[in-house]
Amino acid sequence: MATAREPGLRVPGMLTSASWATGAAFVIGALWSLTVAAKAKDWGMAVHAWIFLAFFLGGIFWLGLRHLNAVEGKTDDDGTGYNDGVIKAGVIATLFWGIAGFLAGVYIAAELAFPLLNFDLSFLSFGRLRPLHTSAVIFAFGGNALIATSFYVVQRTCRTRLAGDIAPWFIFWGYQLFIVVAATGYLMGITQGKEYAEPEWYADIWLTIVWVTYLLVFMLTLAKRKEPHIYVANWFYLAFIVTIAMLHICNNLSIPQTVFSSKSYQLFSGVQDALVEWWYGHNAVGFFLTAGFLGMMYYFVPKRANRPVYSYRLSIIHFWSLIFIYIWAGPHHLHYTALPDWAQTLGMTFSIMLWMPSWGGMINGLMTLSGAWDKLRTDPVIRMLVVSVAFYGMSTFEGPVMSVKEVNSLSHYTDWTIGHVHSGALGWVGFVTFGAVYCLVPWLWKRERLYSMALVSWHFWIATLGIVLYITSMWVSGILQGLMWRSYDTNGFLEYSFVESVAAMHPFYVIRMLGGVLYLVGGAIMVYNCWRTIRGDLRAKEPVTQDDLAHRVLMPSPAD
Amino acid sequence: MTQEHKHRDDLSGVDTTGHEWDGIRELNNPLPKWWLYTFYACILVAAVYWVLWPTWPYIHDGVWTHTNGVLSYVQRDTVRQELAAVAAGRQQTLDQITKTPIENVASNSQLMEVALAGGKAAFGDNCAPCHGSNAAGSKGFANLNDDDWLWGGSLKEIQQTITHGIRWEADDETHQNQMPRFLKDGMLPRDQVNDVVEYVLSFSGREDDKAAATRGAAVFAANCVTCHGADGKGNKDLGAPNLTDAIWLYGGDKNTILETVSNGRGGVMPAWNSRLSEGTIKELALYVHSLGGGK
Repeated sequence: MATAREPGLRVPGMLTSASWATGAAFVIGALWSLTVAAKAKDWGMAVHAWIFLAFFLGGIFWLGLRHLNAVEGKTDDDGTGYNDGVIKAGVIATLFWGIAGFLAGVYIAAELAFPLLNFDLSFLSFGRLRPLHTSAVIFAFGGNALIATSFYVVQRTCRTRLAGDIAPWFIFWGYQLFIVVAATGYLMGITQGKEYAEPEWYADIWLTIVWVTYLLVFMLTLAKRKEPHIYVANWFYLAFIVTIAMLHICNNLSIPQTVFSSKSYQLFSGVQDALVEWWYGHNAVGFFLTAGFLGMMYYFVPKRANRPVYSYRLSIIHFWSLIFIYIWAGPHHLHYTALPDWAQTLGMTFSIMLWMPSWGGMINGLMTLSGAWDKLRTDPVIRMLVVSVAFYGMSTFEGPVMSVKEVNSLSHYTDWTIGHVHSGALGWVGFVTFGAVYCLVPWLWKRERLYSMALVSWHFWIATLGIVLYITSMWVSGILQGLMWRSYDTNGFLEYSFVESVAAMHPFYVIRMLGGVLYLVGGAIMVYNCWRTIRGDLRAKEPVTQDDLAHRVLMPSPAD
Repeated sequence: MTQEHKHRDDLSGVDTTGHEWDGIRELNNPLPKWWLYTFYACILVAAVYWVLWPTWPYIHDGVWTHTNGVLSYVQRDTVRQELAAVAAGRQQTLDQITKTPIENVASNSQLMEVALAGGKAAFGDNCAPCHGSNAAGSKGFANLNDDDWLWGGSLKEIQQTITHGIRWEADDETHQNQMPRFLKDGMLPRDQVNDVVEYVLSFSGREDDKAAATRGAAVFAANCVTCHGADGKGNKDLGAPNLTDAIWLYGGDKNTILETVSNGRGGVMPAWNSRLSEGTIKELALYVHSLGGGK
């Protein structure tokens, strides 16, 4: 949309000193990638160097194209005054990586039930596909959802445009590059062997650059806000961004074999490495999957329900207690190991104290619905958001219970842990994201409503059934495993060998796989629904309720 | 947009904080009482743990140490004690099994009950990875359910094999004999290898080429009879398998036999005396013997 502008006023997209600096950095990056590609010690490093090269060349091309479009007067300004283009891209990436991650999960679930499905191919083996699944769902699906919604929420609740023009797009594409490098690395066998932190040193450095840019953009946007106070959702988003930066850097301190090799060695070793890893791992759950998604919840639940947040005081107390206590709870992942007793007690007791701070978010989420409970019946999107908060409450109760050493001695190393993680991941993280996506798609693409509310309902019920199958089968198999491992016969001998406990898991692994299939089917329905909505279709035979109409909330423009 | 003045939510009748962000307000509800008291209770529970168990690190005389807690709990001591208690409970019977000659254990139903349970547990943890949890073996790993034994199937012989292993270099008493690499080491030309394979197949009436099999008889007589015997029925003192039956460790089809004669075989089983006690090995021998094929 070409608009007449005052002479001397910069048209967004035209080359500025920031663009020149970015372009120069991309040229240096391209030259360095080419050098690494030529001198790589292993073929995985060479493949990744070429991918980086393509990214930098693409970036240079994009900067030029943007300039030419700006000169011709073409901008992506949609009239709201907000930077929504990068959010649209983030929503699409969330949908794409969601399906990819769910699919990988279903496949490895099938491999556990039927091991021959790895076909003796290294890149299809469970060990390589498992990090592909976890990274795809946590970092690709969850991460894109967090970046996209945080950009949306911070702009709306600060009534100001996102800071920077190039930076938000750099964050988006730079993050996708990290995902692609991480995922292809796993398939080629490149890994640090640290759970949830598998990508090697160069991918970690790249993510650090992207993440610090993200932090700067978010903070600068907050700084130029036009509201006197910072809305609670933004506290959670900011805590998530800051803490993940700190965790990521500390846990990935390592020295590469050479700068041309994909292999690196950790700075820490032994139990210290284990403790740093689980300090990271647990707080990845705490600050990525909890704090970040609470930020999402604090915007989309009150917005969709059109009700005020239940308690401002509770939001303050539970925010500070959550972030203060969560950071100490990591050692509960290392009960009954070489970790000293005192650290185990500390990790366990902080986990117990964490219960109520976690539930503060659930109370604020659920009680916001008070006075609007009827919407659970009429609006499947609200139903999805509310059930996500319920799953959040369930897994944040289960977590402290499992951190108690006596419980942990039964549950540790069993499928119970997997079930616990998935009630949080599928129920809380997944559903709150689906709810946010269902809100965002019509808002961003300026559609009257979603293509079909009936399909949202189908998605809800199919995915819920999937979650129930998943977590119940893992509870049963996990407790069964734990009991089989500790069972002695009357003569004082272990009653079962390990392999017998593996064989006993088979039926539960099949049920878990079916649960995963249902969740994936639900995801596919969502993608279809969103695609039709973006295309501008409206399903004809839809009962249009008052709620549907009320959801199209007009966004105030920033007072420029 | 910002309204600093008092604002009341009509539906709940509760005051809001007066701020508004993109249409979102916040009610000024107090902390739920049950929430606050449960939070306090959790902190109290944690504090009780801190008093009872080792918890807080601190520096004493320049060295890092930690509070011990009134229970003076040390996890490793607990594990040691528990393992010792289990071992003590079994020690008397285990000592008796260790002292008693293996055949006499087999005839003592009381000892035998313990031995079979202990053998099953030890088998699952130590032997199942190669021989399978059902002891049916796989290619290169003997099936222990049948009555075909490479190194003998009596209690004593099984005990000997488990104790010292097969071709286990670190053990002087291990079973040493090995199938030579007739083709690879130039001991036989290729045509003679083919002939002797046809002859071996003829033991079970499966030869493809009668003339070759006849020629192979001479090769067999000159090279193989020392271990496998003139009738091809093997010799368990030398670990030489019977070539006339349908039981094959690596496979009895022509190509596999050709591979065996050409490149030799030398599967290894560890000597378990370095890892398991004599009593446990006896229990294992009794268990394996009881699987159906013991002699």
